[in-house]
Amino acid sequence: MNLFTTVFIMVRRDLILALRHKSELLTALFFFVIVVNLLPLGVGPDPKLLSKIAPGVLWIGALLATLLGLPRLFAHDYQDGSLEQLSLSPHSFTLIVLGKIMAHWLVAGLPVVLITPFLGIQFNLSGPIIAVMMATLLLGTPVLSLIGSIGAALTLGVRGGGVLLSLLILPLYIPVLIFGAGAAEAYRSGLDMSGYFWLLAALDILALFFAPWVSAVALKVALE
Amino acid sequence: MNLSVSNLSCQRGERLLFENISFELNPHQWCHVTGENGAGKTSLLRLCAGLTNPLSGLIKWGGIPLKEDTDRFHQDTLYLGHANALKEELSPLENLQLMSQLDGSPATEEAILTVLDRWGLLGREELPVRVLSAGQRRRVLLSRLTLKPCPLWILDEPFNALDRRAIQTLYELFNQHLEQGGLLLITSHQAIEMTDGMSVNL
Amino acid sequence: MNWFKYASPASFYPLAGKLIPYFAAITVVLLAIGLWISFFVAPTDFQQGEGYRIIFVHVPASWMSMFIYCVMAFWSALGLIFNTRLSGMMTQALAPTGALFAFLSLVTGSLWGKPMWGTWWVWDARLTSQLILFFLYLGYLALTSAIDDSRRRDKAGAILSLVGVVNVPIIYFSVIWWNTLHQGASVSMTKAPTMAHTMLMGMLIMALAFWGYTIAMGLKRVRCIILEREMSSEWIKKNAVE
Repeated sequence: MNLFTTVFIMVRRDLILALRHKSELLTALFFFVIVVNLLPLGVGPDPKLLSKIAPGVLWIGALLATLLGLPRLFAHDYQDGSLEQLSLSPHSFTLIVLGKIMAHWLVAGLPVVLITPFLGIQFNLSGPIIAVMMATLLLGTPVLSLIGSIGAALTLGVRGGGVLLSLLILPLYIPVLIFGAGAAEAYRSGLDMSGYFWLLAALDILALFFAPWVSAVALKVALE
Repeated sequence: MNLSVSNLSCQRGERLLFENISFELNPHQWCHVTGENGAGKTSLLRLCAGLTNPLSGLIKWGGIPLKEDTDRFHQDTLYLGHANALKEELSPLENLQLMSQLDGSPATEEAILTVLDRWGLLGREELPVRVLSAGQRRRVLLSRLTLKPCPLWILDEPFNALDRRAIQTLYELFNQHLEQGGLLLITSHQAIEMTDGMSVNL
Repeated sequence: MNWFKYASPASFYPLAGKLIPYFAAITVVLLAIGLWISFFVAPTDFQQGEGYRIIFVHVPASWMSMFIYCVMAFWSALGLIFNTRLSGMMTQALAPTGALFAFLSLVTGSLWGKPMWGTWWVWDARLTSQLILFFLYLGYLALTSAIDDSRRRDKAGAILSLVGVVNVPIIYFSVIWWNTLHQGASVSMTKAPTMAHTMLMGMLIMALAFWGYTIAMGLKRVRCIILEREMSSEWIKKNAVE
């Protein structure tokens, strides 16, 4: 079976399914917008302070928004028996899982990246910093979906799965958070930030290589 | 190609379900797995489909242990379990298209419509599965028997929720499959109206 | 000697039972010596006064918490590769002790920080990564206690601890990176003045005592887990319930 065909079939399948659930489709995005907008209400409207903490806030928001959809990543397919059938397909199960993760990113991660400029304006960020933020989010959010899929697979069908998932996954998100928010910080202090981008890219490659495979193994354990 | 099961034992949780089950299924043969509720019929079928690992024992397909050539085995098998494995948001047509793609033998729309017609589902191919009845869903699922050409069928209670006419269609498919050299491993709580089958009692 | 013989719970159970008293005794003796050195033999630090003595607990506890996580990952890998039942039990038996040491290290670190830096908590790279390690332990404990089926519990736990152990260096590195960038707390625990001989001695003896404790507790817990899981099997009915 062709590598790309497998991934493509799954991405298309999950996107069609997501599109038929329009309410679910936009929850992650609205959640992100609301979380980020609550912050000024908590710390006060001082523009200087807000623009200083904005990168961190946007990243925390992105983390939580990704987390929101993760429990559902495999749950529907697990309940209706499709996951079992997918694991029996002659296509590689790892690639099938990769397709599902990519669809999750397209639904949960990409919209977050695209809405960032609007939130950046609210937080008084300058154009270049917004561009840096978008670039780091673009590099970082796929890692969130990839690592998250491992947690989703491990907690599949386990009681209290959603909360448990956050407990397992959030500590593993720390490097992405540090490098992602750090790049904007470095830019602001006039430091070289190429290192952050390389590190994020390295995390991307590492996660892309290992996470789908580990998730596939964990899912097979869950299906037993 | 034959399916051989030797000294199979299975544990569910901390409980031993069955021990030392052995049988061999050859082309043109069918096998009825019988037993009380909870005896492990579904577990045996899932083991044979390669979904779970046995506590001990070995399952071979064409002389090769399942775990050693899963790709080939998955190509050669169709396992239909209790769950319908249909996406509620998609229509029967879309579901079957998707499954045939994932089975590695993409079916044309025409072929799918022919099969749906045989199961009396023509005219419902565009409706979301959500609005179909249990029997209709079951029939959509069973359409895969025709769409995925493969020698080994492992069917868990396929007669559930089917009406008389659908049961008839299913028997026709079984006979045709066995004539062509297929193998059939089946559980059913009702008697199976076919001759010359072997049976495994748990 | 055939090591694989002891990979089965039935033969490991009595062996563990025999070993526990020895390790318990070693722990008590070493702990007594270690505490005596740390309280009475080791000299008062001319900069930090008497408060520094808490490092005799703090440092070994931190070592152990990191070490136990690696041991858990080792057992997990073994369990996934050879499919031995005992490996999963070992991992689960060690996790609470590891979490305990991580917690102990955090508490003692914070107790030490108050007189030294004037605050209970600093976002120091070491403290922060220790906190994250503690979170990883909690995640492992939460996951394994939420899964009822023992086979799935073993495998899911094994996968999680391996994912964790791969991530620990990355997390550690990123936290150091973050720390140097922000320069929040420049006080580092490593910059203790060159360690006196007796201090090092005390720490090593304390570390050994913690080792003994970990092994004794691990074996004790493994025995409990074995009893729980194999309740229905014949050998338990015959031997274990004496």
